[in-house]
Formats: sequence, structure tokens, C-alpha cells
Amino acid sequence: MIEAHDLTKDYGDKRAVDGLSFSVRPGIVTGFLGPNGSGKSTTMRLILELDAPTRGEVTVNGKHYREHAAPLHEVGALLEARSVHTGRSAYNHLLALAQTHGIPRRRVEELIDLVGLHDVARKRAGQFSLGMGQRLGIASALLGDPSTVMLDEPVNGLDPEGIRWMRNLLKGLAAEGRTVFVSSHLMSEMALTADHLVVIGRGRKIADTSTKEFLSQASGNVVRVRSPQAAELERLIAGPNVTVTVLQPGLLEVHGLTSAQIGDAAAAGGVALHELTPKEASLEEAFMDLTREDVEFKAAELEDEEAAA
Amino acid sequence: MSAHAHVSQLPRTAHTGRVTQARVALSEWTKLHSLRSTRWSLLVGFLLTIALPVLFAAVTSSHWGSMSPHERADRHPLDIALAGVNLSQLAIAVLGVLVITGEYSTGMIRASFTAVPRRLPVLWAKTAVFGSVAFLLMVPPVLIAFFASQAILSRHHILQISFSHPGVARSVIGGAVYLMLVGIFALGIGAIVRNTAGGIAAFAGIFFVIPPLMNVLPTSWNNAISQYLPSEAGRQVFSLTHGDHSLSPWPGTALFVGYCALALAIAAVLLVRRDT
Repeated sequence: MIEAHDLTKDYGDKRAVDGLSFSVRPGIVTGFLGPNGSGKSTTMRLILELDAPTRGEVTVNGKHYREHAAPLHEVGALLEARSVHTGRSAYNHLLALAQTHGIPRRRVEELIDLVGLHDVARKRAGQFSLGMGQRLGIASALLGDPSTVMLDEPVNGLDPEGIRWMRNLLKGLAAEGRTVFVSSHLMSEMALTADHLVVIGRGRKIADTSTKEFLSQASGNVVRVRSPQAAELERLIAGPNVTVTVLQPGLLEVHGLTSAQIGDAAAAGGVALHELTPKEASLEEAFMDLTREDVEFKAAELEDEEAAA
Repeated sequence: MSAHAHVSQLPRTAHTGRVTQARVALSEWTKLHSLRSTRWSLLVGFLLTIALPVLFAAVTSSHWGSMSPHERADRHPLDIALAGVNLSQLAIAVLGVLVITGEYSTGMIRASFTAVPRRLPVLWAKTAVFGSVAFLLMVPPVLIAFFASQAILSRHHILQISFSHPGVARSVIGGAVYLMLVGIFALGIGAIVRNTAGGIAAFAGIFFVIPPLMNVLPTSWNNAISQYLPSEAGRQVFSLTHGDHSLSPWPGTALFVGYCALALAIAAVLLVRRDT
């Protein structure tokens, strides 16, 4: 369980996280979604108290992270930035972390096998590929058998097989009753993994909803209609909240009406329909819709800054 | 997807150990000995501490016949025996800085502070573990350096000095004490600066740049101030003779310990307050 209340972090003049409140519940995978630079990694650092918030607070399993007597048993974290000494072997890295909690060597070996690093465990971590580094990070996160697992962009650098493995691992961890909080800028990945979504843009919360609801809300009323009497149909369904886009002769995309409303209007006007398809937006599109303003604002801001410089 | 696929392969563990200072110290021991930079720095420190005295003793012995009385009077056997400490302190100081700045440059510090979010146990453990290792590994070379240089100088009675002579054992072991404290001081500097190059530069500035600058001051000021510099106060523990303008061995050492404590105290305050 992670609970953030009015979490805010400034770096100099820049506000990285802005009044963020949310809670992450156990038993499900919660996706933490946002474009790059939207404050996901900062939020995770605040949760681990690596950085101190400017305002607000965040607790893990009811306590500030620092107050836990055995932090690695409470939260297992994989941060986006590498957190491994490049000169140390994977085995010694995990052993050093394990020893702070008196976790036995047997557990270190178990984790190395679990993430598939057995053959390279004695190699220096600096020689690891991105994917191997990611697996080492996941082994560190799971070392303490934590009740809350928090992973920042965990599929970065993983191959398709690794991504599938990660997906199953996350679902499995949630099914065991753990709190699973996973950040990503890849909507498609989240659609497959996350049950619930916290979406942020420019440090602010944009949405906090189930993945299912997020998708259906975002798809809105977009219907694709194919008709030999397209011009006639366009006239029939015209209204103040309706926009019609002509994709090609005889093919329309209608915003603002359901497929039922369009079908009824066509029947009443005696217009033949060859296709009537309610279009579901992909999570990707839904996300783009939600964050477009924030991204555009940011781009405009950058231009201003450049002009000023 | 079947329900079976939704069970993670993560083996459970009944273990629920809490973080203790002793456990963090064990972890820091693992971190220290598992890096090549540690082994190299300590090996270089070990060898320099022995090699330089052996070289000086050999040169002094072979040139003794052609030396003027004044030159001969200037040679002190203990200065020869502990000459290596002046050089090996660099290797120990660099390692002291690296023990902490290496974690910042690689990002390891985030893993360390995630495991031990109270942070201070990490600083204390690093200090204790690195200090102990530096001391224990530097005692053999100062002893070897003493007895080897004495053996090489055995033809010259005036350059013979007994280990049981007052102050000799203290000075020889003092060489290792000094190296340990230099390492701890450097670790404190590294924790304040958080950057390898900056930490080494700061250490070099305090130990090798400021002392000669004191010569620019009027002699009376120089005499009054220099003895209280970390490098001057620190070296008294491995000096047999003490001038009018230097502290005695134990007050000097106490002052150097004070400088180490100050560096660590500043580091501790910053460590808890700063973002990582």
C-alpha cells in the first residue's frame, strides 16, 4: 500500500511533482503512466525518501519509508537510473544489499537463478547489457520478498521474451496479494499488465482510474460509417455536437454520436449503410488525448525559453 | 491466460531481519573487498610503505663514506624507516575518497540508501570498516620497513636504533595510525564533496598545498599556525623528535582525530539532508 498526499517537489525553479495525491492498493498491478519527464521517477524517489518532498508526504504500508525497521521487506524498488556499482559483480552487489538485513546467501542465489543471471553472476556489472542490468535491478527489488514492489520502466531494454516474463511476474506478484506499482511511458504495455492506472503529466495527476474505464472513456463516440449515400447521411446526422470527417469518398468518421444513433438516423432517412463500426481508441491514443495539452504546453514553454536565451 | 501463469516464481522467504549497525558493517566489508580499486590502492600503499625506506636505506648506506658530517647528522634512521608513509598516504587517501564517491558516480548510493534509508549507519560503517582495514593492512608494512631499513643500515652504528628505544615503537605503529586517520579524513571529505575528482583535489589542497603556502606568512605567524594544520598535527604520531613549533605526539594525534570527527560530522549532517 502506497499513499501519497499533496506530494510536491521543486528542483530550483522547476516543479517536478505538483500536488500529487493517490493510493496504490495491494492485490492488483497499478500502472504509473506519463510521458518522459512528467515526474514518474521523481515520485518514486520521493516514495523511497531518496529525495525530500517540498510539500506533502507519502507513506508505504502506513509509515514513512525511513521509519521501517526492515525497509527491503516492505518495498522492493527498481529505479530507472542505474543503481549498481559498475566494478562489482552481480553476486556481490546483491550480497551487500542482503547483508544489511541479514538476508542469507541462499536467498541471493535463489534470486540470481530466478532472473536468469546464473552464468554471469560473477562478472562485473559494468559489463552487463541493458537487459542484464535490468534483471539485476529486479533481483535487488525482490531480494527482501517485499509486500510492495515498485518498478520504474521495468521493460526497458528487455527482449520480447523478457517482457513476457516481466508481465507474468508482475501479475503473479499482485495475485499473491502484493502491492505492485509500475511506471511506464508505453501505454500498450500497461494495457496488457495494469489493472488500475495513475496517469500524470507535468507532475500533475490527470487520471486515476481502472484500465478498463480509462480505455472506454477515452474512446468516446467515434464511429466509422461506410455508405453509398454518404453526403445524404452527413446531412441527416448534422448537429451542434457532431463532427464528421470524410476519410475517403463514401467513408466517414463521426464524433459525438453512438453507432445506435447513427443507425437509427440512417434507417429513418432511408440511407443504406455498408459499415457501422464503433471505434475503440487504443490506450496509446487515449493517453495521447489526455496528455496532449501538457505536452504541447511544454513544447511551447521550451520554445519560449529558447527565444529568451 | 490460465490462473497458473499468474503465480510468480518468486520463492517466499520467512526471513524478516531488521537493519542493524553490525549488519550494515558486514555489508560495507563486502562492498570494500569486492572492488578492484580497493585491492590495487591497498597493494600500492603496502608496497610504497616498504619500498621507499628500503631504497633510501640502500642509497644512504652506499653513499655514507662520501657524505659530509653535516649530511650524516641530517640522516635519522626513523625518518628513513617511515619515509614511505609520506607517499603511501596518497594511495590511502584516494581510496578513502573513492569508498564513498564511487557510490555516487555509479548510482550505487541509491541502492545503499534504499536498503538503509536512515543513511547514517552507512557512513559509520564505511568509516569503521575502511579505518580498520587500512590500519590492519598498514601495520605489517611499517614494521617490515623499519626492520628492513635497519638491516640494510646495519654497518653504520650511528644509524642503528632499537625498537624498544623510547618512542620508536609508538612512531612505527604511529605510521599505520596516521595512514588510517588520513583515510578516514579523506572519506569524510569525499562524503561532503560527493565527487571523486573534487574529493581528491580537496584532500590534496588541505594536505599538500596549504602547508607550503604557510611559508609565505611572517615566520612568527607560520610557527604559530602551521602546527595546528591537519597534516602537521597528524604527522606527530609517527615522528620521534618534535620541534619547538610542533605539537607533542598525542596532542597532535588528538587534534587530527578532531579534524576527522569534524569532517565526518559535516558529512553526516549533509548526508541526511541532501537529496540523492
